Amino acid sequence: MLNRIAAVTIKELHQLSRDRLTFGMIIGIPLMQMLLFGYAINFDVRGLPGAVVDAAQTSGSRALIGDLQASGVVRLLAPSPSVPDLRRRMDTGEIQIGVVIPADFERRRLQHDRAAVQLLVDGSEPMTDMVARALAATPPPARQGMQALRTETFAVRTAYNPERRTAVQIVPALIGVILNMTMVIFTSAAIVRERERGNFELLITTPVRSWELMVGKLLPYVFIGLLQTTLVLIVGAWLFDVPINGSLGDLYLAAALFIAAALTLGLLISTITRTQFQAFQLAFVTMLPSILLSGFVFPFDGMPTAVRWLAQVLPLTHFVEMIRGIVLRGAALHDLGWQAAKLGIFLVAALALTMLRFRKRLD
Amino acid sequence: MSTAPAIVAQGLTRRFGSVVAVDHVDLTIPRTQIYGFLGPNGSGKSTAIRMLCGLLVPTSGQVDVLDHQMPRDAERMRAKLGYMTQKFSLWDDLTVIENLQFMARIFGFGSRERTARIAELTREYDLGSIATQRAVTLSGGQKQRLALAAATLHRPELLLLDEPTSAVDPQSRRDFWESLFRLVTQGTTILVSTHFMDEAERCHGLAILDRGHLVAEGAPQQLIRDIPAIVVEIEAADTVGARRALDGDPAVLSIAQLGTRLHALVDPATPTADARLRGLLEQAGVAAQVEIVRASLEDVFVAATGFRTAATSPPPQ
Ligand SMILES: Nc1ncnc2c1ncn2[C@@H]1O[C@H](COP(=O)(O)OP(=O)(O)O)[C@@H](O)[C@H]1O
Ligand SMILES: [Mg+2]
Repeated sequence: MLNRIAAVTIKELHQLSRDRLTFGMIIGIPLMQMLLFGYAINFDVRGLPGAVVDAAQTSGSRALIGDLQASGVVRLLAPSPSVPDLRRRMDTGEIQIGVVIPADFERRRLQHDRAAVQLLVDGSEPMTDMVARALAATPPPARQGMQALRTETFAVRTAYNPERRTAVQIVPALIGVILNMTMVIFTSAAIVRERERGNFELLITTPVRSWELMVGKLLPYVFIGLLQTTLVLIVGAWLFDVPINGSLGDLYLAAALFIAAALTLGLLISTITRTQFQAFQLAFVTMLPSILLSGFVFPFDGMPTAVRWLAQVLPLTHFVEMIRGIVLRGAALHDLGWQAAKLGIFLVAALALTMLRFRKRLD
Repeated sequence: MSTAPAIVAQGLTRRFGSVVAVDHVDLTIPRTQIYGFLGPNGSGKSTAIRMLCGLLVPTSGQVDVLDHQMPRDAERMRAKLGYMTQKFSLWDDLTVIENLQFMARIFGFGSRERTARIAELTREYDLGSIATQRAVTLSGGQKQRLALAAATLHRPELLLLDEPTSAVDPQSRRDFWESLFRLVTQGTTILVSTHFMDEAERCHGLAILDRGHLVAEGAPQQLIRDIPAIVVEIEAADTVGARRALDGDPAVLSIAQLGTRLHALVDPATPTADARLRGLLEQAGVAAQVEIVRASLEDVFVAATGFRTAATSPPPQ
């Protein structure tokens, strides 16, 4: 049994060592994604160009402007004399956020019945819009005063990421996205490729058992996955100063569990498709919802219930929770038992389905 | 070793949708012989072999291989069967040695046995000079030797070879057949499919397949003796004219060209078949030498497959 698993693993390693494309993807995909998500896609909203119309000109209004400036979210340009001027500057694209402090600012602040400050937002930039709405939404300023507006609004995400840098949030979860992508792609082709090239007909006339074949094929990728995890952590620490607050052992255990789940998903795809192209397409179909719904990009809490249920089926969802817990909050694996269990359930179910689908037959 | 037949098939049938690839085939293949499946492309040879090694489930019918029912016992039989696929199915991106090592490991050879057996096969199939070459770079003959080495590595009792020589030069084919006879003397039973007449003639027993039907079975010499036709050989400069002169005669079942000669298969009930044809040729003014000859396997094949033109005639047997 071990003999046969070793035979398959050694064969895969020989083949891998000659497959430059796959080899390139093992290193290339993590690096590319790191740079892409770490630098290019910047969810940190910092230094948005903005301007103020301060019709109140009180010490309170000046304090508010000072606070806005200090937050770093808005980079205030020269103040505007009037609201129409503010709109014009927004139309030309000079500013993306406009802050209007009405003449009766002080009275509004005390009376709690109307908003004390009006925000004008350039809705064509999705991130600006999101951040500005966040600025405005929590809590209604007229009710709790300007101090509250500032602290509450920006406190939302500061607990484990005091500087609110995207990279700190993104990089750990990126481990999941990268593994999800590479592991599923690699193994989704695993059986199909042999079928396409005709090796399958020979393979199934050998005494290798189905599960031995599966395990033998997956083993090299488990190591590759752990290697990629290491790569992302090192680059993350080096380029983006992402700290690892939890234990490395827990982190690797969680990663190994997720790798196994992703590999099994790939295998399942491999057993239900007939060509490598189909396998690749199906792998891609599972990837997109994983990335969008896992909480990697969009906060999980904002999703409709049905979508949240769908997200529960995706292994990436649970891994993103686990890895953020371990890396950012310093949580231990046993604090994340529920997520680990859900990953485990996925793994077992996918494996069972794969075994059910896989036959040592040609028909 | 048991003396029961190596393979017994009864009513073996396999459909693919509306295509009946193998249609109620009955077979009994004795041990330690070379048994051939002869048939044109699409006659069901590969499908039959795949059912024999448990890769395809028969639509109906029964197969026993080495006293085990297929495909039920297929997994238990793996170590006793060797299978060489029609298309090269070892790994192109592995070297010759790596391919053999994989097969040896998967068949449970320990490291010392493995080394010894691979050295033996390397010698036997002359793989030494290409040992570290990747399979993709091998010639047709080299690939075939590697495939045979891989199929026989675990010393199977029954070897199934699906058109092993179709992509191979004549010298390699001769060497290949030498290897097969050597294996048979060592006690192996071999089933080989082919569409080459000369190869079919080397087999101890032969089954002729046509569109899924088993249309003739027996030893090649037996089949030649029992051919249900008189074979008349016509040697003429104007083969086209000769052909035209004989076509349409009710006694002439088929005409096939072999170089400058024609072989006419004539209804066995015809008295003095040669004289009849000679007369027809003279009438048409075609100068020709005409004589009755011993049938070739090609003639047997033509006769067995319904004389080509008479597609509706029931298969003899
Ligand atoms: N997997 C398959 N699916 C559909 N039709 C098939 C399949 N395999 C074989 N056939 C059909 O069955 C017939 C016999 O094929 P095959 O056994 O490959 O013949 P041979 O090996 O003698 O050339 C052909 O008509 C072929 O098209
Ligand atoms: Mg064939």
